[in-house]
Amino acid sequence: MTGALAAAAADGDLLVAQNVFFVAIAAVMVFSAFRCVTTRNVVHAALWLVLVLAGAAAQFILLGSEFVAVTQVLVYVGAIVVLFLFGIMLTRASMGDDETASGEKRVMAAVVAVLLGLVTGGALIESFSDTRLVINEPQPTSLVSDAIFSQYIIAFEAVSVLLLAALIGAIVVARKD
Amino acid sequence: MSEFLRTYLTVGIFGALGVVLVGAFLGLGRLLRPSRPTPAKTENYESGVDPIGDGWSQANIRYYVFALLFVMFDVEAVFIFPWATRLEAYGMFGLVEMAIFIFILLLGLLYAWRKGMLRWV
Repeated sequence: MTGALAAAAADGDLLVAQNVFFVAIAAVMVFSAFRCVTTRNVVHAALWLVLVLAGAAAQFILLGSEFVAVTQVLVYVGAIVVLFLFGIMLTRASMGDDETASGEKRVMAAVVAVLLGLVTGGALIESFSDTRLVINEPQPTSLVSDAIFSQYIIAFEAVSVLLLAALIGAIVVARKD
Repeated sequence: MSEFLRTYLTVGIFGALGVVLVGAFLGLGRLLRPSRPTPAKTENYESGVDPIGDGWSQANIRYYVFALLFVMFDVEAVFIFPWATRLEAYGMFGLVEMAIFIFILLLGLLYAWRKGMLRWV
């Protein structure tokens, strides 16, 4: 009896700690996202984006999805941001502060951002508002692996062909200089 | 779940400690060192000679292919990690499946090589 009560109390404490960490990470993410779109330096924008994506990875850890978190870091923080930085380095964009990025563009961007936020937020609330997600156990990576190598084995091999097609297509496009 | 998150609390404490240590030593250095800048001191260091041009310069387009290859094999690695956790259970089947996967992607590397994208001219 006391053991069960203590366990329940520990679960409650954990829930509080989880919520505290969620809010802290979310605050960092929102601030970084805001700086990402308001900074005048395009390289700084890419680096703020790293912070946002790393925050998303931390949120996945809080949900117990280790594999998704590591994938987030590997693919988004690792590869996508590298492509962004390469894109900035290869184009003749002014890499210092860009004074032209202001004025009516900002107003239009804010309008688009608010509309997009309303649409995606509305769609999420519409679809999932009465769904309760109960996560008591972390999802081990071996579960993901078992799913890939049983149910989705054909899809897994098809992914390799898709990646090959993407790679060859990218090389063909990049060669035309 | 609590056990799982506790291990990541350790990761978080380590990360925070790293940030605090670096910040503390850099801050301490700033407090202790004298600041007497001269034009020669504030110049960028470029192998001991006077720097030419801006610190930001346009990179060669050749690098982009390497970035693309990196992204492709990065995504491949994402699939290899879960496979490695369960390889012993899959045995030969898992080995063959992953060999096919890697072989198909290696064809992309072969294509890049044959097209001379890996050569540095």
